[in-house]
Amino acid sequence: MTRTGWSGTLLPTVGALAVGLAALGLGLALSGYDAIAALAAMWRGAFGSADAVVSSLLPRAIPLILIGLGVGLAFRAGALNIGAEGQFYAGAMMATWVGLAVGSWPRPLAISVVLAAGCVAGLLWAVVPVVLRLRFGVLEVISTLLLNFVAEAVVSWMVVGPLQESRHIYPQSDPLPVAARLPLLPGTRLHLGALLALGLALGLWVFGRKTLAGFQLRATGTNPLAARVIGGINTDRVFAGAMLASGACAGLAGGTEVSGTTYALFQNLSPGYGFTAIAVALLARLNPLGTVLTGLLFAALEAGASAMQREAGVPAVSVFIVEAVIILTVLLGDVTRRKMLAGAVGAES
Amino acid sequence: MQPLLQLSRISKRFGGVEALRDVSFTLAAGEIHALLGENGAGKSTLMNIAVGLLHPDAGDIVVNGVTRAVRSPLDARRLGIGMVHQHFTSIPAFTVAENVALATGWRLRPGELSARVRKVAGEIGWDLDPDARVQELSAGLKQRLEVVKALATNATILLLDEPSSVLSPVDAEALLSIIQGLRARGVSSVLITHKLSEAISVADRVTVLRRGAVVHEGTVAATSSAALAIHMLGAPPPKAAARSRTTGETRVTADRLVVPRMGASGSGLREASFTARAGEIVGIAAVEGNGERELLRAIAGLVAPGSGTITVASPVAFIPEDRTSEALIGEFSLTENMILSQGAAAPWAQRAWLDWKSAAQRTSELIEQFAVRATGPEATARSLSGGNQQRMVIAGALERNPAVLVAENVTRGLDLRATAEIHERLRQAAVAGVCVILHLADLDELLEVSDRILVMANGVLSDFASDATRLEIGRRMLGVVG
Repeated sequence: MTRTGWSGTLLPTVGALAVGLAALGLGLALSGYDAIAALAAMWRGAFGSADAVVSSLLPRAIPLILIGLGVGLAFRAGALNIGAEGQFYAGAMMATWVGLAVGSWPRPLAISVVLAAGCVAGLLWAVVPVVLRLRFGVLEVISTLLLNFVAEAVVSWMVVGPLQESRHIYPQSDPLPVAARLPLLPGTRLHLGALLALGLALGLWVFGRKTLAGFQLRATGTNPLAARVIGGINTDRVFAGAMLASGACAGLAGGTEVSGTTYALFQNLSPGYGFTAIAVALLARLNPLGTVLTGLLFAALEAGASAMQREAGVPAVSVFIVEAVIILTVLLGDVTRRKMLAGAVGAES
Repeated sequence: MQPLLQLSRISKRFGGVEALRDVSFTLAAGEIHALLGENGAGKSTLMNIAVGLLHPDAGDIVVNGVTRAVRSPLDARRLGIGMVHQHFTSIPAFTVAENVALATGWRLRPGELSARVRKVAGEIGWDLDPDARVQELSAGLKQRLEVVKALATNATILLLDEPSSVLSPVDAEALLSIIQGLRARGVSSVLITHKLSEAISVADRVTVLRRGAVVHEGTVAATSSAALAIHMLGAPPPKAAARSRTTGETRVTADRLVVPRMGASGSGLREASFTARAGEIVGIAAVEGNGERELLRAIAGLVAPGSGTITVASPVAFIPEDRTSEALIGEFSLTENMILSQGAAAPWAQRAWLDWKSAAQRTSELIEQFAVRATGPEATARSLSGGNQQRMVIAGALERNPAVLVAENVTRGLDLRATAEIHERLRQAAVAGVCVILHLADLDELLEVSDRILVMANGVLSDFASDATRLEIGRRMLGVVG
């Protein structure tokens, strides 16, 4: 197995985080903010209390991890799904629609149906890119990206149209009935989606490491030609499967978000989860267990960012600086390492 | 007379490996100089130094009596040194003309550029479409492009790194005669090769490298292929063992099989009917692009026939021509490559679960059995030399206990020893009852290994008895009927 050890993956990420925070601090200081106070607020927002961790950090991590797992799976197979944002919205939309209709059902059944609806909608949203790619050779990077805008537009229309709340005043849906809401950890805002995310991460890890299908998926992503010629793998089928599963993951995240956190559908439901999750997956080197950690890291940054805005008056979007610097630093480290490796390999020929 | 190019006391280390040790090499004006040696002997390293791709740890490069620093291929180009690399160095998405412009630095309008490229190719008698995209070219045409790129820079010193390794016999001979013709135009050549016959037929002088040192240098007239082989190997080459030929039941039956062409050029397969039996090696002789690729891949089950039928006993194992892009996943370990090639039938993939331990165990055994030089089953396929990669590929193919083994150019780019070993593996497989369908670009090599020859010319297949002469087969390959 070609694996980078924990030290090889974790240390650069931690180093990159330090560089990113330093960059943010410097930027804040230069812009005339009190950098120390802002960073302290950020820390409190993410880790300052048990409540911050359980009710702010962890709920934010759930969609990032769920989507990141799906994105990671697709990327592993060589399917560049950057349409998770759209698939998330498709899932959220369908889950809301179904959730509003199942208020009288027994709770476990209602919840299952709501989450399944999210999965199916995300999957269906990914059908279009699959068909376009396999039938007409349209690159999935383009089709999935564009379908994000379509999904957002459909949601904007839905919340002033068919799914608008009954008084027709606000651009949002009615709140989901209690039966369709995910149970919370008592006294917190942490919902059942956390267990789903962990379970899915574990399942995908086992799938990738221990099963032939998981191996063949990785082979397809690494070298589709060899996978087809030597492995006898139907790479089109692998592509389709990975893409649809990836869409289902993002759709599930949409479902857990409306039934676990917001209880309603509205515009800008996602603060860019579908895009942040790509960074989450890449930073984890597409490893499902690593995705849990990087998902937590990015959730911590965003939870911290809200606190920073509340307490220190620093715009929350400034946290994008940290996220961007982390990604760039890790990429730079990767490129440098690869160059050094290439030097060593070149010496053999 | 002053030598044109002199590499003087060159040494080069890569980490702990001494690739070249105090090597001196001279190319006289107007000569063709063969540089012989097995894979890893240091031939390519020496030439990469001459062309500025690598920098020597010690030693000088003297061009026309003046010591020069050759820091980059650009420096080399200014000194009139051009190189034809063993691996293609063209940009697939660019056209032929654009690649030539990139290599020469020509700044011309597209129309002028195409005309000029056509002219350069035409001067050496080649028909090369300047506006074709490189990714659509066959291997033979790509190699032509490499030569044209070097010639277009008006090089007076041409370094050719195994230029014929990917060419069909006809193309290879054409290339060699072109190199001879270039001598009259004042171009001196260094021909890196491990094919003794090539060296002897065209070169004036020969230098033999073994393990990074010069072991022989002299005129071709004063030596023989037997003597050169001993210089290269340090011992006489292994002899092929004779084997009895008993064939069994029919394993492949094709009836008026038609396969549309796979690439942008080539003929595809037209109404081929033949059978192949257990225990025989059926050689497919063809100049590249005459339907041999489609035939092999149809037998391997990788392309669907356009019409007609083909019945093949299973399992079929296929060894594709391109080791690094099709036969192996370079980034994967040897164990992972073994898992890939064995698929769901492997003992370690029972009920969809992978037993990594048993896969690694079996891979270790195969590494030992096939004498693969690797640090272990964890080594990446990419870290192996070409010969060792091919041993691994063959191990994987035979591990499937194939009823039919389809092998496409399995010895391409391999040295004498590895080639002989692979011939032996194929023979052993046939003795064990496998039906082997083999295509090799080198006709002599194919005749040596095969029991029976099928010739593909322009997509049409014809059958030859085992006692057909080389001339008859060669004529049919060129489409001469009767």
